Amino acid sequence: MYSQKRNIPIFIILGIALVMAFLLNLSLGSVKIPFIDVVHSLTGGEASKSTWEYIILHYRLPKALTALLAGMGLSVSGLLMQTLFRNPLAGPDVLGLSSGASLGVAFVILGAGFLPGILSGFFLSPYGIVLASTAGSFMVLLAILVVSQRLRDTMAILIIGLMFSSFTGAIVGVLTFFSTSEQLQKFTFWSLGSLGNLPWEHIIILAVVCIAGLLLSAICIKPLDALLLGERYAKSMGINFKKTRFIIILAASLLTGTITAFTGPIAFVGLVVPHIAKLVFKTSSHLILYVGTILSGAIILLVCDTFTQMPGSEYVLPINAITSIIGAPIVIWLLMRKHKPV
Amino acid sequence: MAADAKTQTGISMEKKIVLSAQDLSIGYQHKKQNETIAQAINLAFEESNLIALIGANGIGKSTLLRTLTGIQKPLLGEVQLNHKNINSYSSSELAQNLAVVLTESLPPSNLTVFELVALGRQPYTNWLGKLSPEDLDSVNKAISLTQIDGIAHKKHFEISDGQLQKVLIARALAQDTPLIVLDEPTTHLDLQHKVNLIRLLKKLASETAKCILYSTHDLDLALQLSDQIVVMTSNDVVQGTPEYLMEHHAFDKLFNDKSIRFNSHKGGFVIR
Repeated sequence: MYSQKRNIPIFIILGIALVMAFLLNLSLGSVKIPFIDVVHSLTGGEASKSTWEYIILHYRLPKALTALLAGMGLSVSGLLMQTLFRNPLAGPDVLGLSSGASLGVAFVILGAGFLPGILSGFFLSPYGIVLASTAGSFMVLLAILVVSQRLRDTMAILIIGLMFSSFTGAIVGVLTFFSTSEQLQKFTFWSLGSLGNLPWEHIIILAVVCIAGLLLSAICIKPLDALLLGERYAKSMGINFKKTRFIIILAASLLTGTITAFTGPIAFVGLVVPHIAKLVFKTSSHLILYVGTILSGAIILLVCDTFTQMPGSEYVLPINAITSIIGAPIVIWLLMRKHKPV
Repeated sequence: MAADAKTQTGISMEKKIVLSAQDLSIGYQHKKQNETIAQAINLAFEESNLIALIGANGIGKSTLLRTLTGIQKPLLGEVQLNHKNINSYSSSELAQNLAVVLTESLPPSNLTVFELVALGRQPYTNWLGKLSPEDLDSVNKAISLTQIDGIAHKKHFEISDGQLQKVLIARALAQDTPLIVLDEPTTHLDLQHKVNLIRLLKKLASETAKCILYSTHDLDLALQLSDQIVVMTSNDVVQGTPEYLMEHHAFDKLFNDKSIRFNSHKGGFVIR
């Protein structure tokens, strides 16, 4: 009836799949590197060619780690928002969090010229961009929260999210009008979204913030279960609703903001992965969904990233295109079976 | 009439009083003035009792329930749960003494009936919400008391309204509190299911020694199946046994409409 034992084999399979996806991601790319050499370079041994080792350690490993962290973080952020807003269609991109993050980054990159030298120097550093983009998504979440308390209709929240996206899009448009071509180029490249090209120091910042966000989410597992019955029941079971809501929002904006700051907006992962976990585990228990979402989020983004660099191909497709091509049909399918709440 | 409720209602000395209110005024606090909805309310609810709260729409039943469950502070007086002011409980303490069943519909989720009932154990579980063997015991006991064993594996959106009410009551039972408050549990149910539900509440009150308070519009059912009734009118709030209240014509003033009259022989309202 309610056994957690049933899930253990699924967790093991997902764990193995994650390792496979990670190694596959490392071994595929424009340069073909034999699998055994991938393992050698990772374990500190020597690959048959020193260039291969260089490619693995300085190009592919950072990219795979970014995919891993971004997949985990965006998916958990989506899970948090779906429960908090009682809306199966909530997600970082749907609710406009990614747009909020974009707006933060746009202000920093495009507006840095208006700031005095020292300040603009700080804001253009990775810390500044992380701060701006987290603040951007936090603001959007707060705004949605205010609106969602006035409107009990859960579908209205999605429309509000859409409005925020257009609104921030328009402001970014206005900002680009006043910025130099150099700034514009920088912002355009960022907004296309890419998991690659991150130096190790950025990955460390990303990892630290992601782990902090995931830990904050972990302490909300029990209150999230209570929230499945709605705010009033949760309160009646001893949950401090305001505190829980604050932690959830902080965690979601840290995760979405930081990941978006480094990789650019990545669509659909945060919306779709929690549903995949819910379908696989057929439960509402957030403990199981949390672990399941982390594992499947990482696997899915690693696999999507592998698709962007098809073997033998010179081109690298934008990650956002791949996640949208896979994600959009899944969302439509989820809507079609709406009579069965997910 | 409400001033000395205890002498009127003939409360026996052996039974423990779970919830009581002394000289309670309820209402809303606005910036400068208070909006009083009802005042001088005296109530005493005992263990093993099923108590019905009746009153016309808009008379302030919800406000009274909100005040009695500690969600809203009284304007005057205090509500005592287990002889302690309800507003001085911490939220986790309160969760171990008071369980509620609400009218609002549940948000979409994949919760099974069993998982839903198990959520009632939240005040007792660790930070991950893991169920101990004792927790599982309480959950299974609540499920068998409410006779929902057959649907325990179903999703909560796959069952009927009547079954869902039972499941929500089982969740409140699993919370293992001396007091359970239900907000209009019989709405949306047909007569047969209403009767079954109130019978179930009556059985639970006597078998588990809990005090169960519910608000309702079904006076005839309340008269036949409750131990005590609280009648709320625009003038006062009166508590008593069904017989006592009928004798004292407490139901005559329930509706502010001369064409609806209470007939004490039939135990119900007659429309002229």
